[in-house]
Amino acid sequence: MLKRLRYHIAVFFSVIGPGFITAMVDNDAGGIYTYSQAGARFGYLPLWTLIPITLLLIVTQEMCSRMGAVTGKGLSDLIREEFGLRVTFLVMTALVVTNLTNIMANFAGIASSLELFHVSRYISVPLAAAAVWLLIVKGTYHGVEKVFLIACTLYVCYIISGVLVEPNWKEAAIYSVRPVLLLEPAYITILIGMVGTSVAPWMQFYLQAAVVEKGVTEKEYRESRIEVIVGCVAMTVIAFFIIIACAGAIWTRNPRDIAGAADAALGLRPFGRYAFLLFAAGLFNASLFAACVQPLSTAFTVCEGLGFESGVNRRFREASIFYWLFTLLIALGAGVILLPDFPLVRMILLSQVVNGALLPFVLIFMILLVNKRKLMGEWTNSRFYNAVAWTAVVVLIGLTLALVAISIRDLRAG
Amino acid sequence: MAENLLYLTELVGLPVFDLKRRRIGRVKDAALVPLIDPVRVDRYLVGGGWAWLTIRHDQVQSISLDGIYLRDEQLTPYHSDEYMLRLARDLLDQQIIDVSGRKVVRVSDVTFEVRQEDGHDVLGVLEVDIGLRSVFRRVVQGALPRRAVRRLQRPIPPNSIRWEFCNIIEPDPQRRLRLNISGAMLERIHPADLADIVEELSPEDREAIFETIDSEVAAEALSEVEPDIQASILESLETEKAAEIVEEMSPDEAADVLAELKEETSEEILDEMDAEPKTEVRELLEFEEDTAGGLMNTEYVVLHEQAAAGDAIEALKGSEEPPEGLNTLFLIDAGGRLAGVVPLARLLLSSGATPLKELAVEAPVQVSVDEKQDRVTELFDKYNLLTLPVVDDEGKLAGVITADDVITVLRRK
Repeated sequence: MLKRLRYHIAVFFSVIGPGFITAMVDNDAGGIYTYSQAGARFGYLPLWTLIPITLLLIVTQEMCSRMGAVTGKGLSDLIREEFGLRVTFLVMTALVVTNLTNIMANFAGIASSLELFHVSRYISVPLAAAAVWLLIVKGTYHGVEKVFLIACTLYVCYIISGVLVEPNWKEAAIYSVRPVLLLEPAYITILIGMVGTSVAPWMQFYLQAAVVEKGVTEKEYRESRIEVIVGCVAMTVIAFFIIIACAGAIWTRNPRDIAGAADAALGLRPFGRYAFLLFAAGLFNASLFAACVQPLSTAFTVCEGLGFESGVNRRFREASIFYWLFTLLIALGAGVILLPDFPLVRMILLSQVVNGALLPFVLIFMILLVNKRKLMGEWTNSRFYNAVAWTAVVVLIGLTLALVAISIRDLRAG
Repeated sequence: MAENLLYLTELVGLPVFDLKRRRIGRVKDAALVPLIDPVRVDRYLVGGGWAWLTIRHDQVQSISLDGIYLRDEQLTPYHSDEYMLRLARDLLDQQIIDVSGRKVVRVSDVTFEVRQEDGHDVLGVLEVDIGLRSVFRRVVQGALPRRAVRRLQRPIPPNSIRWEFCNIIEPDPQRRLRLNISGAMLERIHPADLADIVEELSPEDREAIFETIDSEVAAEALSEVEPDIQASILESLETEKAAEIVEEMSPDEAADVLAELKEETSEEILDEMDAEPKTEVRELLEFEEDTAGGLMNTEYVVLHEQAAAGDAIEALKGSEEPPEGLNTLFLIDAGGRLAGVVPLARLLLSSGATPLKELAVEAPVQVSVDEKQDRVTELFDKYNLLTLPVVDDEGKLAGVITADDVITVLRRK
């Protein structure tokens, strides 16, 4: 019995990585901004959405990791094989556009977090871009994964800074389970935003590819599923602490809109240097981490889907399209942050529109694929699970389309 | 661009005309029947009205970008047939192995050559297209006229693989026979490259490859595959086939692979093996993986310490198959204890009557079977070794560690 338990724990540690990293990168600069905004403006009220968000996340992520483990193929590979090249091409184009804006947002996060430490963006952004490029191109797969896992643990910054702010724990606990719906446009927008940023198309592609790359098979799938669930829960815990930090620090004194995640960090200042420093450091870590993962995952997914050679273990000459795409995403993502008048906010809104337009397709493809007996054998969804998955997908699509509508309205207004 | 080429993207959707030049439908797919001809398109599948029709290659008069003109309009309804490789359905967007480039590629398009056979046009598969150019063709297919696409694609460099170097991966063994897919081409790839290819594939396709290729090649390739993939491949194969492959591996590598498996599975495989390799592998399995015993192999040349150089040469000539990379001979005394180490070069330069003992190196290095592997790599570095004898508690020679084993250990760190 003990021996079996030990075996399962050993297998669990051997599959750790994909689920955790994906869930953590989900809390990137854009995510942190959304959660900070929720806390700063509405305090503890939006906390209840975190539990449904976790469930939605688990349902979608679980299907991807299962497909990766059973078929040994990435999501873009499967879409290509089952739905043809033209569909794949359209999906990949949309993915590059959304991911590029995500990458921009993350370089913006790097810039603004380091400006809190009085480092000019003209120094921080080029250095960060170079560091990201070198890490991925020169590092080995296992080395890079270790760096990523260390980055995952640094999210603990948010937990500490949330504690340092001394929020009202009782209220936080109550509102985590008590749904409150205010019929106020700003509140509804925030709720939709929280759900919308939590499930993004790139995650599905990244997770499945990472599970394949890790060599997880049907045999280790049980442990891999646990890893995915633990990752999703950890992501929500971090989100929880970001919200209560902002609720405790900003909302209790003066509920307001914040201008960005860095602005939220400034709001924590009255609660001591460490709360502020940790929040800012967490933002820097999250942004840098996402700026590593997103370009890599985009280049990888696109090349896999379109059949170009990919992977950092290939030489430049062999996989030139992969390296060019990867380099270009970083160069553009970092470059625009240095332009004086670049309309970053508009870009992020635009990205949410494309994101929202793409997500329904990706989710529907996923469910169709995961139910193909030819691919999945005995591992297709059960009827009950399908009901859950379709519900989750419909809810997500509905909320995402709402977010698209809001973003389009803001784009027009702004 | 030569006029006698046609792409599958162009063929699909091409109108088909009967003898009176009336359009009867459009091409939906084209099929090879590899058992009849591995290159020539045997049938065209045409959709018109409510059902698909089959056109045999000898019913066609001419094929061009304007359409296919028939010379015989006695067409039969389409029915699915296991001997048929349907290009759009079975090949397009699927992974195949490029034997000349030694990699896995995904098919974006197929290039045909239009040629004359008995006065009418037939299509022969020339190349499989994988690059940016074929992706472009696929994306704009149908949206722009065929001739415009040909002009627009010109600046993009082509990237294609000749059809004779394409190996299709088919998981179903019956269909493999019907489509005449053999492992012969894969067996010509260097086993280390084949291992890289296999690592990139899905579990199902890996199994397909190991089922088709010869056990000897499979053994060499399997030794080069990453340990956890090795295990999953062996587990997926029939026990008999797995045992055949493991038998062909060198005992130390076989033991390493079996150690990765569940005990149940490895026992089943061992049971299927021949007696001699089985005992050798079983003995090696006793040792912990990260010790000298786990690293060593049992294929080496050993001679009695009293023997002379001439005896050694005779012994080597007489042996069936000397170990690969042989560079050292080992001397043992009557009790099987290690008595000396003779570099091969010294043997070659000596006269036949010289006792081997005189050729042995002074102060040979040796380790015991339970020495830690870190210590082993250290010794290889310190004494610049190519081989290192491993002895048991009584000083008996138990096995030999070679430099390639050490390189593998160092690389895995």
